[in-house]
Amino acid sequence: MSKIVSDAKAAIEGISDNMTLMLGGFGLCGIPENCIKALVQSGVKGLTCISNNAGVDDFGIGLMLQGKQVKKMISSYVGENAEFERQLLSGELEVDLVPQGTLSERIRATGAGIPAFFTPAGYGTEVQEGKEVREFNGRMYVMEESFNSDFALVKAWKGDTAGNLIFKGTARNFNPMMAMAGKVTIAEVEELVPAGSLDPNFIHVPGIFVNRIFQGVDYEKRIEQRTVQS
Amino acid sequence: MGLDKYGIAKRIAKELQDGYYVNLGIGIPTLIANYIPEGIQVVLQSENGLLGMGPFPTEEEVDADLINAGKQTVTTLAGSSLFDSAMSFAMIRSGRVDLTVLGAMEVSQDGDIANWKIPGKMVKGMGGAMDLVAGADNIIVAMMHTNRAGHSKLLPSCTLPLTGKACIKKVMTNLGYLEIKEGAFHLLEIAPGVTIDEIRQSTAGKLVVSENVKEMEIDD
Repeated sequence: MSKIVSDAKAAIEGISDNMTLMLGGFGLCGIPENCIKALVQSGVKGLTCISNNAGVDDFGIGLMLQGKQVKKMISSYVGENAEFERQLLSGELEVDLVPQGTLSERIRATGAGIPAFFTPAGYGTEVQEGKEVREFNGRMYVMEESFNSDFALVKAWKGDTAGNLIFKGTARNFNPMMAMAGKVTIAEVEELVPAGSLDPNFIHVPGIFVNRIFQGVDYEKRIEQRTVQS
Repeated sequence: MGLDKYGIAKRIAKELQDGYYVNLGIGIPTLIANYIPEGIQVVLQSENGLLGMGPFPTEEEVDADLINAGKQTVTTLAGSSLFDSAMSFAMIRSGRVDLTVLGAMEVSQDGDIANWKIPGKMVKGMGGAMDLVAGADNIIVAMMHTNRAGHSKLLPSCTLPLTGKACIKKVMTNLGYLEIKEGAFHLLEIAPGVTIDEIRQSTAGKLVVSENVKEMEIDD
């Protein structure tokens, strides 16, 4: 059965109101630009989005916030977005802030068949509230649970028709774990090649985790803080 | 009074040792990369998935797919490696990172740190700070001794929501270098031109000053 779909619109088929999505990326680096645009056009609403950040006002998940498509964000840092702030303060948007390492491990656990784990991060802080704590070897740890995500939307550099993925630079970030964690995983890639073209030694995500794949178009790859040597 | 942010960064840079893996937070800590002592090699870890972070790129080298945790464009070096966020925080939580330097809004005499949230104001999130303070043994907090209102940031106990509990042992401020132990701030070094009285006035938490406090050595 082919995993290849024609474009982002076809790829997001089945994403409906009130679902939980994972979206890859750190800041605007490695975000699934094509799928986000397609979600904006689809008008789907009430989404819970698990993503390290929430984009900026006019790019990334910020575009979905403008369309009031997001009910809840689960993120580690959401500081670059004025519309986000407005919706949060007005009560239109819920946010669950999770330490970044805990967020990445919860996503990894989701894809690894592990329901919960213990981490030292957040012990003694408000992150710990309502969670089980336990002592191991004299240190205190907080129990954190995996997620339940309907779709994972990831962006890779190269992919093949078997669904294997390779990332570039720091655009890898949350994408590999999210690819493992979706009930349905959609991968958009800058270059889609025939199976056999990628060296199996250098695959970052094996195709077993990827359900749908397509070659994206018109990547903007916006830079948040362009910083050069003076 | 005392050091400026560059001075704080310069003094912390002298704590670097050859072979250290180091995570530098946003703000003053980032400046430390400019003052790595000659003759030693340190490897900078960026928690978004880069070990061996190089300098900012030239215009020609700018790559949108290569940024640091502050979302600035960066470069790789010979020996760099790239990885996902789960592996990055595996390095951090398991104590592989030899030194973590981060800023703070408040530090308590028991080693608690608050640096992510001011209730009632916009909350941006903790990013990786809670994982970093929970995983690192060797942490230096780099900050000004007082806030903009002139109030001490070295307190008996933190008033803001905590980032981590009993995890900070060293604080470098514009006034001095302090070690936290036995429920007090112990003054190790004093910044040039600063008096012990000034440090006493600016430290709300318990302060211990031994007789042999040194003046800080800062290279120009």
